[in-house]
Amino acid sequence: MKLKELEGHLGSLDQFSNPKIELEQYPTGPHIASRMLFTAENSFGDVSNKVVADFGCGCGTLGIAAALLSAEHVFGIDIDPESLEIASLNAEELELDIDFIQSNVLDLVWRGPIVDTVIMNPPFGTRKKGADLDFLSVALKVASQAVYSLHKTSTRDHVKRSALRDFNARSAEVICELRYDVPKLYKFHKKKEVDIAVDLWRFVPASHQSRSI
Amino acid sequence: MRLLTHNMLSSNIRGVVNGFPLRIEVGKVVEKNVEMNGDFLKNMFVKIDWKAFVEASQSMGYTELPEEADLSMLDSDEFLNRFHHALLELHLEEGALVCPETGRRFPVSKGIPNMLLHEDEV
Repeated sequence: MKLKELEGHLGSLDQFSNPKIELEQYPTGPHIASRMLFTAENSFGDVSNKVVADFGCGCGTLGIAAALLSAEHVFGIDIDPESLEIASLNAEELELDIDFIQSNVLDLVWRGPIVDTVIMNPPFGTRKKGADLDFLSVALKVASQAVYSLHKTSTRDHVKRSALRDFNARSAEVICELRYDVPKLYKFHKKKEVDIAVDLWRFVPASHQSRSI
Repeated sequence: MRLLTHNMLSSNIRGVVNGFPLRIEVGKVVEKNVEMNGDFLKNMFVKIDWKAFVEASQSMGYTELPEEADLSMLDSDEFLNRFHHALLELHLEEGALVCPETGRRFPVSKGIPNMLLHEDEV
């Protein structure tokens, strides 16, 4: 599938009808989501024929992108039932089979090395400090192949240090810097729209042999 | 929810030691055809807990899987077809997953298991 076609499909998805600020619900735009998954597939081979998990999937954009790029099995995990309902309808609309699970990403217990790749647009931690790194810590335990994640560019050094030193990642590389459009979703937003700089990261987890879960 | 998902989910209640596998209570099972991918199945075979997988498929009403399986069986198309069907085509649409240790039910509605914990279970 071509990048433009992927972006087109993602642009047709329904997004949050009543976003919840305590969960930092911001939609992952089709521009960013398509580039994220397209790179994962075409530069690294981490999507097609793989088992992919979308952590904090919201309305399902990243997981759906993975399924469109021929992931064999996709999990979408989110704590919010309303988002999952929209995600489920979005997947159905495109005739994609995705297994959604309602859970706090941080509480779920995974048996065995079943998941190859984790993709996520985690809460950036503006409401709950460190939320993105909490997600990353779990993702690096669950994935056996790679983790793709977005983090604010302003936290780049901290993210790298945490991944390598605290979460035992074998590598942590910024693939590109993107502009993340934050539309005026919430009342406390004063400007109509702002964009913030975010990094698209690729992390490689420690091999399973050398890991103690 | 597919049985592949079931095979990796455990009860995550605080204090539970043996939370795997979750028992399946069936309300409704649906079947959706998907194309078979032999290489994927061979790759998944070594990652699956076979005993839990066979029990889960039986509770979903599918009894065509052998109790024991080894790598040599992956050469058989008939075996691959059955493995494929049970792993990826059966969906638990309505029902529940039950913690084997405490009996706590995690409801499954519209295919989505609700694994959210109560405050005193975290």
